[in-house]
Amino acid sequence: MPLVVPRPNLTWWEKLYLPAFWKGFLVTARHFVRMLFGRRDRRVVLEYPEQKRVLKKGYRGAPTLVRDQDGREKCVSCQLCEFICPPRAIKIWPEEIPANDLHAKVEKRPLRFEIDMLRCIYCQLCEEVCPEMAIFLRDDYSLTGTSRAELLHDKEKLLEMGGVMQDGILKWNKK
Amino acid sequence: MSPVFSNLLAQPGVALAAEAAVKIAVVIVVLMGMVAYTVLAERRICALIQDRLGPNRVGAFGLLQPIADSFKLLLKENVLPGHVNRFWYVLAPTIAMAPPLLTLAVIPFGNTLAGFNLVIADLDVGVLWIFSIASLGVYGIVLAGWASNSKYPFLGGMRSAAQLISYEVPMGLSVVSVFLLVGSLKLSNVVAYQAGTWLIFKAPLAFLIFLVSAFAETNRLPFDLPEAEQELVGGYNTEYGQMKFALFFLAEYANMIVASALIVTLFFGGWQVPFVRVEAFGPILAGALGVAAFFVKLLAFIVFFIWVRWTLPRFRYDQLMRLGWRVLLPLALLNIVATALALALKLRA
Ligand code: SF4
Ligand code: SF4
Repeated sequence: MPLVVPRPNLTWWEKLYLPAFWKGFLVTARHFVRMLFGRRDRRVVLEYPEQKRVLKKGYRGAPTLVRDQDGREKCVSCQLCEFICPPRAIKIWPEEIPANDLHAKVEKRPLRFEIDMLRCIYCQLCEEVCPEMAIFLRDDYSLTGTSRAELLHDKEKLLEMGGVMQDGILKWNKK
Repeated sequence: MSPVFSNLLAQPGVALAAEAAVKIAVVIVVLMGMVAYTVLAERRICALIQDRLGPNRVGAFGLLQPIADSFKLLLKENVLPGHVNRFWYVLAPTIAMAPPLLTLAVIPFGNTLAGFNLVIADLDVGVLWIFSIASLGVYGIVLAGWASNSKYPFLGGMRSAAQLISYEVPMGLSVVSVFLLVGSLKLSNVVAYQAGTWLIFKAPLAFLIFLVSAFAETNRLPFDLPEAEQELVGGYNTEYGQMKFALFFLAEYANMIVASALIVTLFFGGWQVPFVRVEAFGPILAGALGVAAFFVKLLAFIVFFIWVRWTLPRFRYDQLMRLGWRVLLPLALLNIVATALALALKLRA
């Protein structure tokens, strides 16, 4: 059933519209005065570069790579994220871990890992697909740079941004 | 000063021309400054009304914002869309800008200062001049809409033509009652007449009609149908950019300032200072006070224009036409008859 909104029957005083205008002026004047003197906390904007918005949990910022508490970079270079990334922002060059390495049994790690932040659409699919929980979207937003190269995040940068993520399972230690 | 130059100045015609040139230069500079800062005022006031801050970065309180903006607009690349009629497309912004500058010539912004009459041209037909020139302003908008050769500007231009024609009539008729009272079309006489009481108290209905029509004539909300961003993208100036767009923008604000100046002159006593007998302060101070009074009233009206814009929603097109032809026009006619009758009865008595 469509909702029928009955037309109001306006009195001639209401039809003049002047009372409604007057009320409107009072509303805008009230906001104006309130913004000018006091109650500034009601304003809906932030003075951006100085104040930053407090982000809610689950915010999708820049994708980063993380280490576990033992300091091992968690990515095993399976390249699933590279394949799923819709704008193809991720590029990975895998490398074999040498036999004398502490984590030799993991076998593979990325030699280079690049995310082009000019392409990334912050979709979080890489985080979702990663079997190793190695890539996470963190809080960093408003990435700006003066050149394209600056916004091509390499492995060092990604690991630095990601930091350490506590891992409750540490599955490689149990193998 | 070289003798040749002073001899030249001694010629009556030359002195007059020099005086006029100086006044024109001063008025244009002041007007352009006011236009720039009215834009800033509009942005800051609307921001505060909407619980925002507005541009506050360039200079203290954002006071240098207009300068930054004008640099930006001046330095932009000059793009000419391929589908426009070039001649009229380029001409239209200029035509839109000219009327407010021309109408300003007859508005007295002060009494006398150091022996100079503070009006560029005190024409005997002052108000007729204003109406004839102001109605040319629509050509700029219609031409812009037509020459852009695209649908939204075209619609904007058509609406503008209809709107301006419709509101010119009640506007012209509303001031007739003013001139019945004053008995002269000369604006300096109108101001002199209001030495005692302002005309708003003698002709409030005329003021109301004039005010509403002024909003329509300047394309300000609630009558900004030629622009109507939400329906027409940008209206008549959709296809314009850079300084050409800026000219339309400036013309809108210049129109608003001129309309405010006209309202102040016609209904709020122009440069008359209320309650104080300024002649007692000597000629120089009295003249300066008069100019100050004019500007205070002018600024109040500009703020009012801005306030209205951020309070009232836009009229629908048919509502606009109905208001113009079926409400304002009969009211204006009635007002003339009533004023004339009252005057005739007063003459009898
Ligand atoms: S967030 Fe989406 S777009 Fe960005 S790197 Fe991950 S998968 Fe690619
Ligand atoms: S980040 Fe995850 S999905 Fe991407 S290559 Fe490394 S382990 Fe595979």
